[in-house]
Amino acid sequence: MNYFYSIWILLVPFVVFIFTGLFGNRFKPFVSGLIGTTGLGVSFLLSLITAWKYFLVAGITGEAYPSVIAAKTTWLQLTDHLKIDLGVMLDPISVMMLVVITAVSLMCHIYSLGYMKGEQGFERFYSFLSLFTFSMLGLVVATNIFQMYIFWELVGVSSYLLIGFYYERPSAVAASKKAFIVTRFADLGFLIGILLLSFYTKTFDFAELTNPQSPVFSRITSVSFMGLSVITWAMLLIFMGGAGKSAMFPLHIWLPDAMEGPTPVSALIHAATMVVAGVYLVARMFPIYIAYSPNALTVIAWIGGFTSLFAAMIACTQFDIKRVLAYSTLSQIGYMMLALGVSGYEGEHGLGYMASMFHLFTHAMFKALLFLGAGSVIHAVHSNYMNDMGGLRKYLPITHMTFLVACLSISGIPPFAGFFSKDEILVAAWQHNRLLFAIEYVVAGLTAFYMFRLYFGIFWNKMPHYHHTPHESPLIMTIPLIFLALGSAFTGFIPFGRFVSADQKPFESVMHMSIAIPSVLIAIAGISVAYALYRQENATASRLVRALGMSYKVVFNKFYIDEVYLFVTKRILFNLVSRPVAWFDRHIVDGTMNGIAWVIAKSSEKIKGIQSGQLHHYALAFVSGAIILVLIVLYNLS
Amino acid sequence: MIHGIPITHFLIVSTVMFFIGIYGFLTRRNLITMLMSIELILNSVNINFVVFNKYLYPDQLQGHFFALFIIAIAAAEASVAIALIINIYRRYTSIEADDVNEMKY
Repeated sequence: MNYFYSIWILLVPFVVFIFTGLFGNRFKPFVSGLIGTTGLGVSFLLSLITAWKYFLVAGITGEAYPSVIAAKTTWLQLTDHLKIDLGVMLDPISVMMLVVITAVSLMCHIYSLGYMKGEQGFERFYSFLSLFTFSMLGLVVATNIFQMYIFWELVGVSSYLLIGFYYERPSAVAASKKAFIVTRFADLGFLIGILLLSFYTKTFDFAELTNPQSPVFSRITSVSFMGLSVITWAMLLIFMGGAGKSAMFPLHIWLPDAMEGPTPVSALIHAATMVVAGVYLVARMFPIYIAYSPNALTVIAWIGGFTSLFAAMIACTQFDIKRVLAYSTLSQIGYMMLALGVSGYEGEHGLGYMASMFHLFTHAMFKALLFLGAGSVIHAVHSNYMNDMGGLRKYLPITHMTFLVACLSISGIPPFAGFFSKDEILVAAWQHNRLLFAIEYVVAGLTAFYMFRLYFGIFWNKMPHYHHTPHESPLIMTIPLIFLALGSAFTGFIPFGRFVSADQKPFESVMHMSIAIPSVLIAIAGISVAYALYRQENATASRLVRALGMSYKVVFNKFYIDEVYLFVTKRILFNLVSRPVAWFDRHIVDGTMNGIAWVIAKSSEKIKGIQSGQLHHYALAFVSGAIILVLIVLYNLS
Repeated sequence: MIHGIPITHFLIVSTVMFFIGIYGFLTRRNLITMLMSIELILNSVNINFVVFNKYLYPDQLQGHFFALFIIAIAAAEASVAIALIINIYRRYTSIEADDVNEMKY
């Protein structure tokens, strides 16, 4: 089967980026938007065709789905066998990601035509969106880890550009810098991991790196450093890069601030695509994790579990609706990481892997929907804060219904999509580690609680005094909402195990009623609590806050993680490292240079009289010099 | 060889011419005179080329041609120098080297 056309899935957004970036200001802004949306539409169609051909027409060869190299070119030949390729690799997870990215991106493009209407820099926005889509697609189809790294950084750059879209606002500039620096710091680990891995295996290629039987691993397993084998170090460092992009604790601090960007950007980048790049990275490297460094997988499971609990607790206390959604994203990505961490490799044991990818898929749908719905609400009331909202269900009927679908889906209420994927994760956690299972159980309840706190707070509760009557968003914004709502409602019925699994061999996953029923019950409990507290304005919530006292304050201030970072960077790093280094630079390094310059200036002051302007002085010097040279030559010859 | 005149006589003449040229170049203040001194130096070198060619390698011609080239270059050099001197005169109404001393620290 020939998939060569699939390079156009990447190239179309890239061409659109170049075109609208260079010539966008020649047309009306709306035309740029249309060009971007059309380009993405083409990519989306091509992705659907690819998925259809890959999964349904070509299907399984032998007993597993094959990894197809659709296109490949050598970009940099380093040594005879170490080279960096650029290409397109299609396997179950990359094809799935192509569909997810282009679908969500297309919805955000269409939505932005309405949401960003009349904004300054409309065509710039579309050109950056196309750049982001191109980078993200390049990341998922990478044939080797270095191509992945290149596109990984491109994703970081385009995220930086889009968070800082409102660059007149100091808070947006600060947020974009924070996002870039934190993820860049994490990427340092990723790069070191790549270098370690490739130094011992002498290859970047996924074809060899993801095959545990491959002979390239013979050297790396026997070397160890500080009590851990080098491959474990490499895999942990690679995970550090993934943790930075996926905003895992303690590198999560950039994601809530990234909500300064326009809402469609939050939906596309900071909910559905970029932040799952870390999950995707771990999934891509999964065969090595499971075969050579199960310790690293345990670390991943615990970090994922801890982040999901931690972020869910913070999400319960925030009032900025986009921040609630951001913490909810952290929590859900924690779920995915945990599922990968507890997964096995073969057949049924690979349930966690499959569940993680499944949750990634459904989460992209319902979280993009939540963000776009939140954008629609913000569009209507011109505020991000829950206190300025309430009773909106009458004014925004479509937003209300779609938001409700997304809330039910994320809370894990059957038959919505989130229920199925979350159930698989809980089953995988149950089989592996009971403590992690208990944590995820609590998180499931918390998720239902904070989502319905948001839902009731926005659409029910007391209606504040609006300056002008809120009105439903235009059709161009509600159509993506409806599309995503359909996705959130029905994608759960896809038999995901037949398509995506750790060893690429299909298997049937079964519903475990003993786990599904309690998880639905705890979700309903969370919803009931939210109903009781926020359905109508009452004093119970504030009384509860007073009763919790200090612990509420700690959670409300996000466990003071930002303050800890500031303390470490400003007080410790700044005073103990930066200041002495700056002193050394100013006084020792600059001093040496200034001293040399001073000596030369002074001595030239003394000897500048030699250049007298009198021809005879020069002539005399020249002749005497010539005579001295002659004498030297004669003396040496004799 | 040329009617019994030994090579040393020619060399003495050229050496004397050379040092007269150097002396004139260093002591005279008039630019034209200095230019004439330089011509003396060049011509003393010419004599050397021709003499060495004639006495040491009588069957070859490199020395003669070198002398011809030097004469041509000397002519070119003289024309450039005189053009410079005329311009200097227009500006300073003087061709004394001492008066042209603006290019200094």
